[in-house]
Amino acid sequence: MRRTLPLVIAFIMGFVMMIQYFIPHPMSQKFYKIMVQQWLIIISIFFYVFAWRSFGIYHINKIKRRKEGWWASVVAFVGVFLMLLSGFGDRIPGAFGHFIYKYFNFDDLYNYMFAPLQATMFSLLAFFIASAAFRAFKARTMEATLLLVTATIVMLGRVPLGASLWKGLPKVVEWILMYPNMAAQRGIMIGVGLGSIATSLKIILGIERSYLGGD
Amino acid sequence: MLILLIIGLLEPPSYVKAYDRPNDGGGAIVIEWEPVSDTLLKGYEIFRRKAGEEEFRKVAYVAKGRNSFVNSIGIKDGVKYEYAVRSVGIDGSYSDLSIPAPPVVSYPQWFKKNKINTLLAIVIYLSLLVYFTQAAKGRELFIRRIAGLDHLEEAVGRATEMGKPILYVPGISGMSSIATIASINILSPVAKKAAEYDTPIIVPNRDPIVTMVAQEVVKEAYTEAGRPDAFKRENVFFLSDSQFAYAAGVDGIMVRERPATNLFIGMFYAESLILAETGNMTGAIQIAGTDAVAQLPFFIAACDYTIMGEELYAASAYLSRDPKLVGSIKAQDWGKVIVMGLVVLGSILSLFNIDLIMKFFATI
Amino acid sequence: MGFWDRFLKIDRRWVFLIVWIAVVIPLLKPLGLPTHITPPVKKLYDYIDKMEGEDKAVFLSFDFDPSTMPELLPMGVAVIRHCFAKKIPIIVYGGLYPQGVGMAKMAIDMAKTDFPDIKYGRDYVFLGYVPGLYLVILSIGESIQGTFGNDYFGNRLDTLPLTMSIDNYEKIGIVVDLSGGDIPTWWVAFAYQRYGCRIGCGTTAVSAAQYYPYLQTGQFVGMLGGLKGAAEYEELLVRNGIPTGRRTATIGMDAQSVVHLLIILLIILGNIGYFYVRRRERRA
Repeated sequence: MRRTLPLVIAFIMGFVMMIQYFIPHPMSQKFYKIMVQQWLIIISIFFYVFAWRSFGIYHINKIKRRKEGWWASVVAFVGVFLMLLSGFGDRIPGAFGHFIYKYFNFDDLYNYMFAPLQATMFSLLAFFIASAAFRAFKARTMEATLLLVTATIVMLGRVPLGASLWKGLPKVVEWILMYPNMAAQRGIMIGVGLGSIATSLKIILGIERSYLGGD
Repeated sequence: MLILLIIGLLEPPSYVKAYDRPNDGGGAIVIEWEPVSDTLLKGYEIFRRKAGEEEFRKVAYVAKGRNSFVNSIGIKDGVKYEYAVRSVGIDGSYSDLSIPAPPVVSYPQWFKKNKINTLLAIVIYLSLLVYFTQAAKGRELFIRRIAGLDHLEEAVGRATEMGKPILYVPGISGMSSIATIASINILSPVAKKAAEYDTPIIVPNRDPIVTMVAQEVVKEAYTEAGRPDAFKRENVFFLSDSQFAYAAGVDGIMVRERPATNLFIGMFYAESLILAETGNMTGAIQIAGTDAVAQLPFFIAACDYTIMGEELYAASAYLSRDPKLVGSIKAQDWGKVIVMGLVVLGSILSLFNIDLIMKFFATI
Repeated sequence: MGFWDRFLKIDRRWVFLIVWIAVVIPLLKPLGLPTHITPPVKKLYDYIDKMEGEDKAVFLSFDFDPSTMPELLPMGVAVIRHCFAKKIPIIVYGGLYPQGVGMAKMAIDMAKTDFPDIKYGRDYVFLGYVPGLYLVILSIGESIQGTFGNDYFGNRLDTLPLTMSIDNYEKIGIVVDLSGGDIPTWWVAFAYQRYGCRIGCGTTAVSAAQYYPYLQTGQFVGMLGGLKGAAEYEELLVRNGIPTGRRTATIGMDAQSVVHLLIILLIILGNIGYFYVRRRERRA
């Protein structure tokens, strides 16, 4: 029963939603809106309760056991509560609300802490791509050499320096992106699309059951 | 006199027709007309009235160059409407109203006829799936080697030898993503192996629902391996739902816990290289698998093995060798053969200006 | 251990330091390299430019968060400036995710400094976040007023001149979506396929490669790919006499040029070292 019921639900809902896709009638659209807009969103919100519980347990355990880097867990808790309070701002009654609004303003925390932190993490890619390229781009085989040469041409052509060296380089790069690159992207997209259909059908038909746990 | 001449100069559009918009849920009517060829033309105004009413009311303006319009505001299903169109000149002049189109009623359809191609594709695919899953019984079907999946056991073994944990990152997407489902399918045998070898497995998650599913899958895997007591729920946890906060958290785990094996399997975005390169710095063996085309180059550069695109979806069949699952991979391959054949045929036919195949695949 | 052995095993922190120097120096001392315009950017620019004088609006959606801000924010600023200069009505949408609202507000504040005669409500409107993801895209096809009700500042949309006359895709000339992920494909699937609204895309350099199929089929009118795409759009504005303020994307391209050159140099040196070591090992 524990495994049969989820499989039956998956089968019924999978087929119902497949049929719904082909029916434009307002009744069908309303059903879709209720399932996706309401049920799915409500279920997701409730799962956040479990998620934050998991988050709390993980970090509390780290602090209790003084594991390596436990102070970072303290910072994590402080960050969570600070953003939560700043979101309420001066809607918190009294002097405390005013204090939070004045010194921990949500817009300021977002613009001067959250945004720069996110941009910084993303900018790590510049350093990592340099070290990864240095390490991995070796002409070990014919394919690796082709990759290497193409990458060099595209890297040069996608910056003003390339056009300054040779006016035709950007056109070569556009050709590479519009033809070989696009052909490969399309091939992978088609494969991924067909794979997605197959996996979805397997789940609906109950052939694929690993997501339920165990065999 | 001059004013009268100007007013009468523009011609109204002819052959105005109106019909219910097909393949929709009602509430929309399509109006089409023969374009007016006049250098003074700026655009057209579309007018509507309910059948039986005297006066037309303007509902829209469209610029020159268009000869159709979809009226979807203020339309009630089952009510008869009449439409007429007039030309608008660049000098602000107007033509007379055209002869109104016959009354038309909008109503909802029960089937999208323009999606017949999709329905046919599903039926064909489903048939292939059923055929090959049946054909696979009692017969061993060949699947080519997938290096990344072959080395999963070796990677788990390495962690056991070194006495270090395994880090399993199931991607940053939710359970609605096929890549995440495929990742969970791989998590099960990996967790089972980890349980058998008594190697800790750490699974940080970005999505709450994935966290719950991953916890259940890992718990079941430990139970199947006969080690239910060894399962630690706090090792499968929710980290953060912010993309780069999650990446930073996983990086921190890699630097502190120094896992011997990193498995990045699922849907990834920009954080893929941040995770893979940090893992490379700690000296772990890394296997990645994703269907995110843009991230594959990063994983290929930084990881030891990469499972690409649809190889990820084949993982469950590949690892379990269940005949039904292997049969479904065959069905997938034959589906691709059909698509490739149609692409080649369509390309050849289009050389002779026969766009039958292209029209069949077009969606409206 | 010879030079090349040591070089191949170099601590990656030295590589990080060299990259850091290669980024910082051009930012402090710009090289002023010229920007070459590519067809995908030109197509998008021309399409928006032709909307001058029409009574249709540009709908600019900020579907990105601060992590991709360096690449995508300059695009947003440039498009807004273009619309302000040509008096093309523009609806700035904070995006399908909440983080985009801050980005959109930043872009508007940066863009409007050079256009004092721009009037809110008449020339542009700023819409805030509404939950629903692709359902919002579909809902805009019915009615913008119905979907949002109020603008970001709480004004009712049926009181603002711009949104009184522009209420759905029929009056939107193009949706330009700025996103680092696959959200542009949602706009294609729902706004273009269903309502025939044309779509333009601004995306990160990494994602740009995968969107060329959409360009080729015409599902995207044009595309701004990465910081270079933003720099090209700024260049087009300059060439057409439109004020661009501080050309952040163009300034960034100098640094990107140097870093690309550095990475190519590292790859070449790495390969020289690899072949040298391999030859020596074969001889031994």
